[in-house]
Amino acid sequence: MTQSVVVQVGQCGNQVGCRFWDLALREHAHVNKRGLYDEALSSFFRNVDSRKSYSGACCVGGRIQRLKARAVLIDMEEGVVNGILQGPLREVFDSTQLLTDVSGSGNNWAVGHLMYGSAYRESIVNTLRKTAEHCDCLQCFFLIHSMGGGTGSGLGTRVLSLLEEEFSDVCRIVTAMFPSAEDDVITSPYNSVLAMRELTEHADCVLPVENQSLVDIVNKISLMSHGAKPGCVLKKDCTVTSGHGSLSPTEKPFDAMNNIVANLLLNITSSARFEGSLNMDLNEIAMNLVPFPRLHYLVPSLTPLYTLADVNIPTRRLDQMFSDAFSKDHQLIRADPKHSLYLACALMVRGNVQVSDLRRNIERLRPSLPFVSWNQEGWKTGLCSVPPVGHSHSLLALANNTCVKPTFMELRERFTKLYRKKAHLHHYLHVDGMEQSIFSEALSSLDALIDEYHQLDATKARLTPDAPRLSIAR
Amino acid sequence: MSVVTVQLGQCGNQVGRELFDVMCSDAQDAGRKTHSTAGWERFFRQTTQGDLEARAVLIDMEPKVINHSMSRAAKSGRWRYGETSHFSQKQGSGNNWANGYRVHGPRHRDAVEELVRREVEHCDMLAGFIPMMSVAGGTGSGVGTFVTQCLRDIYPSAFVLNHLTWPYGTGEVIVQNYNSVLTLAHLYQLSDAILVHENDIVHRICSQLLKIKQISFSDINRVIAHQLGGVLQPALTPDSCGAYSRNPLGELVGALACHPEYKLLSVSTIPQMASSSIAFSTFSWPALLKHLRQMLISNTKMEEGIDWQVRPPPASAGRTRTLTAGSFNTSLANLLILRGKDVYSAETGGFGDSAIYTSWLPPDEAFSLWKSPVPFNKYEKSATLVSNSQALLRPLDDMVRKAWNMFASRAYIHQYVKFGISEEDFLDSFTSLEQVISSYTQLQC
Repeated sequence: MTQSVVVQVGQCGNQVGCRFWDLALREHAHVNKRGLYDEALSSFFRNVDSRKSYSGACCVGGRIQRLKARAVLIDMEEGVVNGILQGPLREVFDSTQLLTDVSGSGNNWAVGHLMYGSAYRESIVNTLRKTAEHCDCLQCFFLIHSMGGGTGSGLGTRVLSLLEEEFSDVCRIVTAMFPSAEDDVITSPYNSVLAMRELTEHADCVLPVENQSLVDIVNKISLMSHGAKPGCVLKKDCTVTSGHGSLSPTEKPFDAMNNIVANLLLNITSSARFEGSLNMDLNEIAMNLVPFPRLHYLVPSLTPLYTLADVNIPTRRLDQMFSDAFSKDHQLIRADPKHSLYLACALMVRGNVQVSDLRRNIERLRPSLPFVSWNQEGWKTGLCSVPPVGHSHSLLALANNTCVKPTFMELRERFTKLYRKKAHLHHYLHVDGMEQSIFSEALSSLDALIDEYHQLDATKARLTPDAPRLSIAR
Repeated sequence: MSVVTVQLGQCGNQVGRELFDVMCSDAQDAGRKTHSTAGWERFFRQTTQGDLEARAVLIDMEPKVINHSMSRAAKSGRWRYGETSHFSQKQGSGNNWANGYRVHGPRHRDAVEELVRREVEHCDMLAGFIPMMSVAGGTGSGVGTFVTQCLRDIYPSAFVLNHLTWPYGTGEVIVQNYNSVLTLAHLYQLSDAILVHENDIVHRICSQLLKIKQISFSDINRVIAHQLGGVLQPALTPDSCGAYSRNPLGELVGALACHPEYKLLSVSTIPQMASSSIAFSTFSWPALLKHLRQMLISNTKMEEGIDWQVRPPPASAGRTRTLTAGSFNTSLANLLILRGKDVYSAETGGFGDSAIYTSWLPPDEAFSLWKSPVPFNKYEKSATLVSNSQALLRPLDDMVRKAWNMFASRAYIHQYVKFGISEEDFLDSFTSLEQVISSYTQLQC
């Protein structure tokens, strides 16, 4: 069984991360009835007995003493991390896993990436190394951060390149929160484009998530729970909708949105943690979904987002789950994959779903989904038998689809609007090591990426014939 | 003579367990001493406490499936896997053939060879190896190919019969066609014969013949195990002089894979029905064999919906060399195994008809017949046909076509290059398989 380490950077990264750990604990508590520290738990948690010798680490199979998250929390201002340490999750982290400073990055990518990046390089690498050493077989780093700010975006991407340097054979999956157009941080387009270049070059997979989509989804859920249909009641204790039943009694404003992202992470790792008839490991995600090294932006979509309280779920509801996964409303970025070109698609199913259900739905949905000519049957499937808390089954779809192109183009628009006028540039150029060329390079990296997607899109309309086969002399 | 099974990857380990289950219960339920002893000795060994242990080595790069298979086997109470006969790592091969073949295989070569050696030492006489794997993933396909190569190197005189499970045409794994092409091309040089099951076909058997509503991988694996059991359980062969054959793999390979360009074998069994229906059905050899023969020449694996219009082309008409000439399936060689009541009176002339065979092998060399009076797996009469024919030509061609289209755009190639497989290696594999396709297409002359 492999382990994964979560690296949460910046305010957003830490808030999402916090929700993730809360949900992970609940999920394991639900499944692990005997209080034993099993393989599944060890993928995200260490078991520490403080009475034992110096490091106190316990191996798999014993009783749970104290669970410590395999996480590194980084933030350049103390508010959020202190909040976590005073909150109900304080037992799960210890001081050796934290890296904080006081003054924050001022929403400036250069401050995060260059100034703090150099200042804290040593300590970051040491903390990462220590966390990695606690792992038997480290498979993956999950990096969580936002793109629009300074710490998450700047320092987060610096951490990403450090991860590539120090742990080159460990997979790097980045969950990046992209700002919406109405973001209140004026320089968020600069920060996002500068960070994107790093993501394109150093990450193995990126799961882009847009705030606006999360807001829409949360609104939809609250519409449901406020009785849009008479007689339907939302199940209160499922992990997707809320922290109700979780450790914290009061729910902060972004909690519902962060829950969704936390669920995304839980579902991606479910097949690596629990058993199933068709396992899907984390390294298989990059292998199957990334046909060309730079095109590694995977659009996530999660169903179901809520459960109605009636327990009897006929097969029709199962099929509905599959249809929902491909609908515009369930995507975590604002895009419509059905009208763009699929390069590859992965379906990770949890719960009591059999291979015949999977095949039936793939056959049903196939005709309406445009796939690139050389990958007409490009599906990667995984079946995990353990469902998430509060549901009998769930589906996570990860699509490598050209529908990310409009999102990136919009980002480039917003960037150039500012850059043309050289607005706010001086804040960046003041920072030691920052030059204007970094801006132009980031822009051309984004341009090149958009172009690559564009090339693929252009093949959509064309009917590409089969490549001529090798002929054998007889 | 004993057979050592090597179960590789998730599929190999899951199917292998079902297979041992079938073989153990067949030997037990049959209640015929010589048959049971032969069956048990072939695939199992007895520990000092009298328990049956499978002659198997379980290999996977991650531990979940092996743990599951071992505990399920032990739970059955009738047989189990050897405590130390398994090898697993912590992290899988990531669906990457190159990772399996170039990294995991060599890295764990010594440990795996040691496990195999220990299992072989338990055999009085080694009949050969059956590596079981799928071709879609990374471990079964990549590590499986590497292990087959090791077996070949260390035991040059043992027979190696690879059992492959081909994935559903509409993906289980996106790079499945690359992995399949690389595996098949390499195995063709290493294996004595390659026995194939296709998930699509077995799925149809489950839904249309066995009437299973919600088909799971266990159902699929059970059908595969039933078909394989029909092939591998003891039988009386022409060479075995009235006793159960002591050289099953050798005789199978000798009967079917007489030419190095033709190694792909497929299996059909009849009857196949839901177990609840068996009690209400009567079977007669003429009906069973007539259906089975038509299944062979019309290339279907199910006894329902057979196309009775398909006939061997008349000898006078020139046989055309196209992939789709009619839908008549020409055979190179066939092995028919009959099990159950009145087996000696079964009339098998239809299978010796030269019209269904390619012209350059005389029917008496092309057709072999094995029998066993012991009924198999609850069927009073059952017939298994292992055939070296054009049955796999279309699926193979599809697989190569899809892989080639993907290769033409160089998609995913960087993932393989990362682990040491170059574009040249891909081209070599494609070339070998085009050769195989060409050979099978030309069976019609």
